[in-house]
Amino acid sequence: MRCDNCHEREAVVNLTQIADDQKVEVHLCEKCAAEKGIETAASFGKIPVGSFVAALGKGPEAIAALPGLTPSGACPTCGASLTDFRESGRLGCADCYRTFEAPLRDLLRRLHGSSRHLGERYAAPGEDRGEEAPTTERLREQLRLAVETESFELAAELRDRLRALEEGR
Amino acid sequence: MIDLSLLPDGGMAWLDASGPGSHLVLSTRIRLARNLADHHFSPRSTLADREAVLQEVLAARRETVSLRNALVFRLDQLDRTDRQLLHERHLVSKELAGLDERAVVKPGAALLVQDRVGVMLNEEDHLRLQGLRSGFDLEATYQEVDRLDAELGQRLPFAFHPEFGYLTSCPTNVGTGLRASVLIHLPGLVLTKEISKVLQGLAQVGLTFRGLYGEGSEVVGNFFQLSNQTTLGKSERELLDHLAKMVRQVMEYEEQARQVLLRDVPTIIEDKVWRAYGLLRHARTLSFEETTNLLSGVRLGVGLSLINRVGLYALNKLLVHTQPAHLAVLEGVHPDDADLSVRRARYVRALLEDEAGRRG
Repeated sequence: MRCDNCHEREAVVNLTQIADDQKVEVHLCEKCAAEKGIETAASFGKIPVGSFVAALGKGPEAIAALPGLTPSGACPTCGASLTDFRESGRLGCADCYRTFEAPLRDLLRRLHGSSRHLGERYAAPGEDRGEEAPTTERLREQLRLAVETESFELAAELRDRLRALEEGR
Repeated sequence: MIDLSLLPDGGMAWLDASGPGSHLVLSTRIRLARNLADHHFSPRSTLADREAVLQEVLAARRETVSLRNALVFRLDQLDRTDRQLLHERHLVSKELAGLDERAVVKPGAALLVQDRVGVMLNEEDHLRLQGLRSGFDLEATYQEVDRLDAELGQRLPFAFHPEFGYLTSCPTNVGTGLRASVLIHLPGLVLTKEISKVLQGLAQVGLTFRGLYGEGSEVVGNFFQLSNQTTLGKSERELLDHLAKMVRQVMEYEEQARQVLLRDVPTIIEDKVWRAYGLLRHARTLSFEETTNLLSGVRLGVGLSLINRVGLYALNKLLVHTQPAHLAVLEGVHPDDADLSVRRARYVRALLEDEAGRRG
């Protein structure tokens, strides 16, 4: 189904509006829905992941177009498919995150506003657990985020660390 | 039957009202979701997987300081009352305890607990590390659970992705796997009807709220659990700092709301507090829900120094011990006992009388 607004892209959002006791169904593509402010970070949290992922689906063709992934493609380790994930909202194993990396990256950005882990790094048993020295790029990125989220105490700390790192060179 | 005294402070260290901001915040909880890289996640795991996860963690914890002397509860071998007891202590989720109607306890479901930290095993994720402290203390709680994470992570192969971070069964927990929640009492905001505005505001800054028993539970007695919604794209520190900042703000709003109530409707508030106390002190039957709501009223009175015949610790103790499984164990009856509400009222009366006597 085409988007009712731009008539170009595939509609992925079905919106039911009630005005003057009239029920009107509107179908929108992702872009037009976002422009109308239907997708907000706050409202996402309230939608169960299962149905959310289902709504996210851009149709089997889009998924088939992803490299190495067909609609029936399953995780080689646990056998879970994207369909399983859509129904349950749960992944089958750690390798699912590699098998379905591209669609998951998209989903994680929508759920969390980012797909990049900025927390503690893990070193498997036996690996060198030496703390990765913070790079200026990484600190700058964290500083940007801190300012964006108005975490000013953290921003001040990051600024000082960045300064110290740059002066040390 | 589990011996209550086995649990640290009967498992109630977090309710001793000794932590910072205890007049408003009951407890701080932080959990980290972790999975073992070489086993399928819970929804697709086999019986052998689940048993292996349990055995690997049991072996690894012997080499840790955080869990070396932990009590081990295999929920799949406990009867329903005991499972409910652990759930009422906020030590295991409702899901792990298999308490939903028609739910069964999943094989390998277990709890390790030592002092203020613990691990739920074979829940939605293989491991749910958790730390629990009295009052509002995100920093200290995180330090303890972070140490546990480091100790176990050195001995167990956790599922980790260079871009996505710690991998979890549900993508809403991926990244840090961290969910921090603060159990806070907000009767002032509820009475001034400001609460929905505050909760909406929190949703806009990426926080969420739940009831007394966490996910899926209803708000009773004006107790709210405030927690972070997202787990990825920010460091653990950023997530905690953000939550801390917002909780401090909510605490300030609550104090303001209470002052407004005292200023504008002092008689109504005093009446509410004393009626709640009077009912608890004299009623002959009490349901758990009614008890919780009345305790909320008395707690407000203690916070406003309107009432001094009872302290916060006693109120916290009542909140825990009047729950069905706790009361049943204390009274030596079944949680479905027909006389439970009579027994509850008797228990509350006795404790409040004793408390009033001690405080003169």
